[in-house]
Amino acid sequence: FYLTPSQVNSILKANEYSFKVPEFDGKNVSSVLGFDSNQLPANAPIEDRRSAATCLQTRGMLLGVFDGHAGCACAQAVSERLFYYIAVSLLPHETLLEIENAVESGRALLPILQWHKHPNDYFSKEASKLYFNSLRTYWQELIDLNSGETTDVREALINAFKRLDNDISLEAQVGDPNSFLNYLVLQVAFSGATACVAHVDGVDLHVANTGDSRAMLGVQEEDGSWSAVNLSYDHNAQNEREVERVKMEHPKSEEKSLVKQDRLLGLLMPFRAFGDVKFKWSIELQKRVVESGPDQLNDNEYTKFIPPNYHTPPYLTAEPEVIHHKLRPQDKFLVLATDGLWETMHRQDVARIVGEYLTGVHHQQPIAVGGYKVTLGQMHGLLTERRARISSVFKDQNAATHLIRHAVGNNEFGTVDHERLSKMLSLPEELARMYRDDITIIVVQFNSHVIGAYQNEE
Amino acid sequence: AAGMFLRLLSDIQWRAAHPKWRRMTSSQRSTSTTAEPQPVALPAQAQVVICGGGVMGTSVAYHLSKMGWKDIVLLEQGRLAAGTTRFCAGIVSTARPVSIELKMAHYSNKLYQQLEQETGVQTGYMKTGSISLAQTQDRLISLKRIASSLNVMGIPCEIISPKKVLQLHPLINIHDLVGAMYVPEDALVSSANVSLALATAASRNGVQIHERTSVSHVTIQKGYVTGVETDRGRIQCEYFVNCAGQWAYELGHSGEEPVHIPLHACEHFYLLTHPLKEPLSSSLPTVVDPDGRIYIRNWQGGILSGGFEKNPKPLFTEGRNQLEIQNLQEDWDHFGPLLSALLRRMPGLESLQIMQLVNCPESFTPDMRCIMGQSPTARGYFVLAGMNSAGISYGGGAGKYLAEWIVNGYPSENVWPLDLKRFGTLQSSRTFLRHRVMEVMPLMYDLKVPRWDFQTGRQLRTSPLYDRLDAQGARWMEKHGFERVKYFVPPGNDLLDLDHSKTFYKPDWFDIVGSEVKCCKEAVCVIDMSSFTKFEISSTGDQALESLQYLFSNDLDVPVGHVVHTGMLNEKGGYENDCSIARLSKRSFFMISPTDQQVHCWAWLKNHLPDDSNLVLEDVTWKYTALNLIGPRAVDVLSELSYAPMTAEHFPSLFCKEMSVGYANGIRVMSITHTGEPGFVLYIPIEYALHVYNEVMNMGQKYGIRNAGYYALRSLRIEKFFAFWGQDLDAFTTPMECGREFQVKLDKGIQFLGREVLLDQKQNGVYKRFTMFILEDHDTDMDLWPWWGEPIFRNGRYVGKTTSSAYSYTLERHVCLGFVHHFDEKTGEELVVTTDFINQGEYEIDIAGQRFQAKAKLYPFSSLFTQRRRKDEVELSGYQRE
Repeated sequence: FYLTPSQVNSILKANEYSFKVPEFDGKNVSSVLGFDSNQLPANAPIEDRRSAATCLQTRGMLLGVFDGHAGCACAQAVSERLFYYIAVSLLPHETLLEIENAVESGRALLPILQWHKHPNDYFSKEASKLYFNSLRTYWQELIDLNSGETTDVREALINAFKRLDNDISLEAQVGDPNSFLNYLVLQVAFSGATACVAHVDGVDLHVANTGDSRAMLGVQEEDGSWSAVNLSYDHNAQNEREVERVKMEHPKSEEKSLVKQDRLLGLLMPFRAFGDVKFKWSIELQKRVVESGPDQLNDNEYTKFIPPNYHTPPYLTAEPEVIHHKLRPQDKFLVLATDGLWETMHRQDVARIVGEYLTGVHHQQPIAVGGYKVTLGQMHGLLTERRARISSVFKDQNAATHLIRHAVGNNEFGTVDHERLSKMLSLPEELARMYRDDITIIVVQFNSHVIGAYQNEE
Repeated sequence: AAGMFLRLLSDIQWRAAHPKWRRMTSSQRSTSTTAEPQPVALPAQAQVVICGGGVMGTSVAYHLSKMGWKDIVLLEQGRLAAGTTRFCAGIVSTARPVSIELKMAHYSNKLYQQLEQETGVQTGYMKTGSISLAQTQDRLISLKRIASSLNVMGIPCEIISPKKVLQLHPLINIHDLVGAMYVPEDALVSSANVSLALATAASRNGVQIHERTSVSHVTIQKGYVTGVETDRGRIQCEYFVNCAGQWAYELGHSGEEPVHIPLHACEHFYLLTHPLKEPLSSSLPTVVDPDGRIYIRNWQGGILSGGFEKNPKPLFTEGRNQLEIQNLQEDWDHFGPLLSALLRRMPGLESLQIMQLVNCPESFTPDMRCIMGQSPTARGYFVLAGMNSAGISYGGGAGKYLAEWIVNGYPSENVWPLDLKRFGTLQSSRTFLRHRVMEVMPLMYDLKVPRWDFQTGRQLRTSPLYDRLDAQGARWMEKHGFERVKYFVPPGNDLLDLDHSKTFYKPDWFDIVGSEVKCCKEAVCVIDMSSFTKFEISSTGDQALESLQYLFSNDLDVPVGHVVHTGMLNEKGGYENDCSIARLSKRSFFMISPTDQQVHCWAWLKNHLPDDSNLVLEDVTWKYTALNLIGPRAVDVLSELSYAPMTAEHFPSLFCKEMSVGYANGIRVMSITHTGEPGFVLYIPIEYALHVYNEVMNMGQKYGIRNAGYYALRSLRIEKFFAFWGQDLDAFTTPMECGREFQVKLDKGIQFLGREVLLDQKQNGVYKRFTMFILEDHDTDMDLWPWWGEPIFRNGRYVGKTTSSAYSYTLERHVCLGFVHHFDEKTGEELVVTTDFINQGEYEIDIAGQRFQAKAKLYPFSSLFTQRRRKDEVELSGYQRE
């Protein structure tokens, strides 16, 4: 039994989403042309999340992928909330005041973000009031703290990450009179999520990463070939600096128990994450919250379980590492993806596949002979080559889908094997997670013309 | 022709003697810099206004002026020959499958050949010949069929071997060829210069030509053309000719009363190269490689090569866009497959340098044939457009026929296959046209086997029984937008690819149709014939009867309830229509005609009926579902369902009664079948259609009833020697020529249309005779099947062509119907065809170059009538009896 190619396509395309930055008067002044994103679940339900939004009160665009663990609650909450925290962190003092006044007097709020969401990307309506109140408290503090300095993006990102994680933790400790919400905030806090977020404003690209998702820049070399530049560091046991950091933060006596079997305290793969209060709270706090919490929480073995060798919490932080990169004309695209992709594909292959896909699409720009001397044979060769390239990508209108097709279906020769693809996609739910992880990908395409123009200005 | 120079509002009157004309052709775009002479005012009136200065418009002007008409104005919105004509590849090719198109191309070739001498304008005419290549046996068969028709027209043409191809054209790779057709007299021209030459001659004959004048719309009053409105004022005129090429559709729709001209443009690409190192000779034959979808001609020492790709790009669906036509892009990726085909055919061209890829929109029509003739709604409004990219081949002949049409009321040849009136409003949907032309353009080079059907634009008009029949295995074909059943694939008979099989030999539906025919002969079958055109004519007094008596050759003053088969003849006694008319009451008649008569017959009646508000003509085609019950047991089924006696005494043949069938009352039942078998046609108000069908099928079960399709009907009618209008009969055929004198009542006391000619033929004989041929040494399983258009030879000499053919399951032989002429052996003059002449010949039918012996008959086989007929059926069964 095999899925037909069209069945395969409908599975692969179910979650695909594309956004093209609109042009005004025929001009796209943004350094971003648009992005393609997609998700392929392995868990049921999927634990990955993705977000994309344009900042409306400052410049720039935010894109992020979030990989949840121990459930999807935390990833969902972060995907809904983090960009608001970042946007607020970036806002100038006057705008914050304006927003606060609007809320105070019940006027309509300035819109802060324009979301670019797939219909399947949802917001939890029940928690919106709670989330809003936390956010408002944050900006009220920012107003009070008014430093008078212009906001640095790096700092804003770090603050936003930390603040949100803090709020998640606090909300869980305080609880909510509404029993549904009370359970929700606990679920959020006890589950975890990594986050890899890019902020693009002109040629300034910032990537803030917490955990083991990854950002990668696709660079086209002068000879037309593709290379990959990492814009994030994985926070896991393979990262020596990260292991060093964790060890530094705890007494020498714990050195051996801190990282076991490449996991934090022998349990957690990512070394940084949102939520996961089991790795952050003191044992007393955990016990108190669990005991006073709803029965569902109490019955859950996982939440009750205290990690072994748990002496000097917190062991985990949501603080991101931020990398700043000045975009150059040869920087053609950025790939943000959860570890589901990186486990199966090398970044060099990712760069090549996306690069060829994007240029293949672009190569549909017509050929004109003009005044050149071209023979029939040369033209024939050129056309044959273009056809071959186009036919390999024509199936997908979305770079992320194309990448997933390769990630899941690649055979040993690096080409998509339909049989393999079909097999992988028809695995029963309970088996799927053993062969592959959730995959979430965002491919951001840059506008080389605009980037080139920026460069010339400088 | 396309308009380009909107910026320039000035106009010059175009004069043949004007020395500037040469510059206009050589520098189409630079004209804005040249000093423009003062525009000459348009005349206030003219007899004829022609819109469009391409090859069509200039050819019509040329021929009209040759026929002595002088008061003609030709308007061109841009420059003469600046539209599709300018871009045309300039190939004059006579190898055309449709006879009338072949004749037009043949005439064009002869015309262009002497045009330079006549006008002094260089036309670039060069007789190069053409080679059509066959990569497959089936392609070779189709070429052989064309070769047969060219040969009998006296056009030199031969089927040649691949080796011979190489001798004629050294660049051709012949290793994948099975043969080819060589037409040595085909030619090349500069199509723009041909138009200019035609314009020059027309201008000398007094035609006024105005460039940069665009027609905004045509004014029509009370059904007659009264004038045209242009951007430079109004011209009153009696005749308007729409030769606007790809803009013809829009121009037709621009007025208050639309004239529907169903055509749609597609991009068409061809390649121009620099000369070869050793420049190609200008006399090198043109190569057509239909299996590779390309044509290749020599061009200024290099080549010009284009084609008809599988995935055409339709354009201007939303209407005219001035900017676009100038900026149409070269699309190399689109041209890629054709370039591959070119290099496969001529590998030696690899190193040849490209000059340009030309994108030249061409207009295509829903059935791949061009559009000419008069609007059915606006008299004096003529059209010549939609050339399916063969404009230069047809230009001369088409212009001639249209000029004859305007001057004489009808052209000298049967042009029904090209007549605008074969289309109605239903083919005018932009979506329909867009989809259909995407099928038509690749079809230009597709292999066309007998009885192929269009696949796009389907399921537009359907019977209410469509789904029921479809569920029972119906396979469909389309006529005038109406879905008709070809045959029914029996359950369990899994012939999935039945519809896809393409063959010139025995088709795989052979046994299926055979069993349907058998059932028609031995039991009873139901055929849904709802597509037929149905009109009602009624009046307050005797106007209806009087008018019909004048318009029809048979006597319609019959008792109420009688059905009469009769021709609707023109002044020359030719069939404009062939129909059955039932007298419903003293003052009302019900008329049934072929499906594609809906527009033509309506227009004919409208034009000929007196303008009398008490005389009402109504098209009721859509109101009735027609079920044909064929077979000896039809009478049993119907009498059980109606509790009415249906025997010959109570319901003789050629009768019409309203009766009940099942619960449904008011069903119009006629004892006619269109095939000669016993049976009835039920005209059922559509809301009762499903009920009556179900009742008939249920009741019929015990009589062995089954569904049947048109292929069974065809076989039955052809073996019975029944002629069908549109296939066998046309406006140039009289009842006397097809053995239907019994349908002509010369002495009915009325000087009906065509009577004089018929009287003369009765006294002096006819010049062609409809004859039935039974193929003798033809092996149904092994030999090529006849189709239509096969040459007929009598004692080794060509005497005519077949018009239809079918396998007769009764005779177990193929039957061809066709016309026999008698050409004088020395002069070629047409002589009277006598019965003896027919009977005393030895006949052969030429199928793709192979001749089969045939027995000629002027009367159907009486032995075919297994059922003893009722005595009053003599007329029905003896359609052809005298």
